[in-house]
Amino acid sequence: MKEKTAIQELIKGIWDENPVLVQLLGLCPTLAVTSSAENGLAMGLAATFVLLCSSFLVSMFRKMIPGQVRIAAYIVIIATFVTIADRFLAAFVPDISKSLGPFIPLIIVNCMILGRQEAFASKNGIGRSLLDAMGMGLGFTITLLVLSSIREILGSGTLFGMRVMWESFAEWGVMTQAPGAFITLGCLIAGANWINARRKA
Amino acid sequence: MNLLVIFIGAALINNFVLQQFLGICPFVGVSKKVDSSFSMGMATTFVMVIAAMVTWLIYNLILVPFDLQILQYVAFILVIASLVQFVEMFIKKVSKPLYDALGIFLPLITTNCAILGLALTAVLKEYNFMETLIYGVGAGIGFTLALVIMAGIREELELVDVPKSFQGAAITMIIAGSLALAFMGFAGII
Repeated sequence: MKEKTAIQELIKGIWDENPVLVQLLGLCPTLAVTSSAENGLAMGLAATFVLLCSSFLVSMFRKMIPGQVRIAAYIVIIATFVTIADRFLAAFVPDISKSLGPFIPLIIVNCMILGRQEAFASKNGIGRSLLDAMGMGLGFTITLLVLSSIREILGSGTLFGMRVMWESFAEWGVMTQAPGAFITLGCLIAGANWINARRKA
Repeated sequence: MNLLVIFIGAALINNFVLQQFLGICPFVGVSKKVDSSFSMGMATTFVMVIAAMVTWLIYNLILVPFDLQILQYVAFILVIASLVQFVEMFIKKVSKPLYDALGIFLPLITTNCAILGLALTAVLKEYNFMETLIYGVGAGIGFTLALVIMAGIREELELVDVPKSFQGAAITMIIAGSLALAFMGFAGII
């Protein structure tokens, strides 16, 4: 495999290796918090922050962490940054922090973040790992934003709390609940598959 | 009575997988065959119940008295990770057949967010020890139920002509959506 340029490293996470649509990682928060665009965005940014910081630390210490305990070490690093992100959200945007509930602490076991540490940050230098984390975080945030926008527009007729649908639009209540999350994500994944198949052809 | 309500609530009404979106990764990854998904469900239930008890003890006997709740996340995930390792060694020693049956599923459970989610929700809801225990059992059984139903459907799915773009994860998500719709019907039980 030939070496990727810096810019390729950054943008691969947005589409080609999109963590949600292609790698199917980090699905739990993706489904759970995307009932409104605001929550989706907050979740995406929080996860990106944690991913960036942990990738930085893991790639910095990659030669010092012994192989046998590396997973435990990664998890402790991630958990520390998640605690910081959690306190930050609780202090500055208490409403969002409340509606995200246990899903902020659950970033710890988000397989996307642990996966990037194991697959990338532990093998590459700091600069490259930061680019990779940035790209993956962006891809995650954008996907969450798209998914939550669709669900909020159809489910409550609003976007970021502002009315976007016409007055007599009957909200599809189910979109804000569990089934809507699964079905919308299923359609998005299918859409990504379809576009990729067309691009290759 | 209260315990029964907690049990049914965790297993059906607020089913961990289909209503609370916890443990989606194994739900998508391991739900291809009915028997392996049953083993996975049982292993998860087992760890869930033990983890629920241990994290309850740690939280209420160590973190609260010393006013260290801020360390909650770090402490919980460390406990769960070492617990999984310990359970693995224990089962290997005590029952080889069970160990072989669970196979690679055991280590994977560490990163199953249903476990950490359970520990965190139990703290959030301020359950006492007994309630936490029952909550863990209910959640585990609900998880197993969802996994086995999904695996049953996916086994049949191999014979069906699914549109190309929808093959794999996409159709799994749509089916999970329909299951979640069905589980919404349990909401009126209590």
